[in-house]
Amino acid sequence: MSRLYLVRNPRAAARSLDGEMMIMSARDSTLFTLNETATILWQSADGATPLDEIVEKKICTEFEVEPAEALADAEALARELAGHEILQISEVPITLLQQPVGEKR
Amino acid sequence: MTEVERFSLVIEIGGMPVRVHTTDSDFLSLLESRYTGFVSDSDKAEIDFDVELQQPTIVDPDVDVEVSYHLGRWTLRRGDFLAEWEPAARRGWIRQTANPYSIDAVLRIVHTLVLARQGGFLLHSASAIRNGKAFLFAGVSEAGKTTISRLAPSDVTLLTDEISYVRRRGDEYVAFGTPFTGELAKLGENVSAPISTLYLLVKGKENKVDSVSPGEAARSLLSNLLFFAKDEELVRKIFHSAFEFAERVPIARLTFVPDARVWELIR
Repeated sequence: MSRLYLVRNPRAAARSLDGEMMIMSARDSTLFTLNETATILWQSADGATPLDEIVEKKICTEFEVEPAEALADAEALARELAGHEILQISEVPITLLQQPVGEKR
Repeated sequence: MTEVERFSLVIEIGGMPVRVHTTDSDFLSLLESRYTGFVSDSDKAEIDFDVELQQPTIVDPDVDVEVSYHLGRWTLRRGDFLAEWEPAARRGWIRQTANPYSIDAVLRIVHTLVLARQGGFLLHSASAIRNGKAFLFAGVSEAGKTTISRLAPSDVTLLTDEISYVRRRGDEYVAFGTPFTGELAKLGENVSAPISTLYLLVKGKENKVDSVSPGEAARSLLSNLLFFAKDEELVRKIFHSAFEFAERVPIARLTFVPDARVWELIR
């Protein structure tokens, strides 16, 4: 089974405010407020850590969920975020890491 | 060859003087009337626009505005005007018929582009000054911007009933009066004051102020911003400017019934 790697799209604008992560899509300027799982994916999307590892270490430890089910949900979510050009996904590590534009924590 | 007489007028909104040149004295008079209170006698301008008047043709001013940037030049286009502006040269031109609405739209767009680089913005909101502090009242059409402006008591200075002009000054934000009017059709006063509070307007059965979460505040602010350019860099700047504002300026929901008592809450 191939692994999936995520990296933040540097063209998206992101901001965390009082625990809420809000992102503006690079494609059409749509504003998204990320839920907890999507926020974990965004914050962990370094291009080097595979999605299954993110799920195992950051999602399964946070929520009571079966690992296989969590991975399937996370992959669907990652692909949805990629569709909005918030994340970029690849089946190989994304070595040329890019910092998100102007994110402030 | 006959030299054509050229007339000029400086329109200063938000502290930014824009000089307009025309060869039509009637159009100049129209602008002087349209921008009463915002005409400056300054001989300096940050941008010079030549206005080329055209004969009326069938146009649709409701066609969506297009704002694009290419090779150092902004192009602004709507059914009723075409304009170009080169920021580096501080010059541009506007092609339109002799009406005040087209140039008004061009000025709004140019101000949004300039403000975007400086951390400011134009906002769909009424604004007013009371006790030396500016208050903004944001909302979509029918939210009550004009109503609350109309209800303002005599000690309130109205800045606009439609589009607020917001500049960042250090850690604070300042609201300026604008000539951009809504249904009230009354130009704002050309004055400014530090912004005390941004209220999100809701019509209701009582007058009350409720807090909103920081996230809701930022989302509401973003949804009321005026910005026309499909330019990723500037869109990102506007996005971050909205959050900077939301982090520094109190934002609350103002529910009001349409009578003057609502102003008892705004001091």
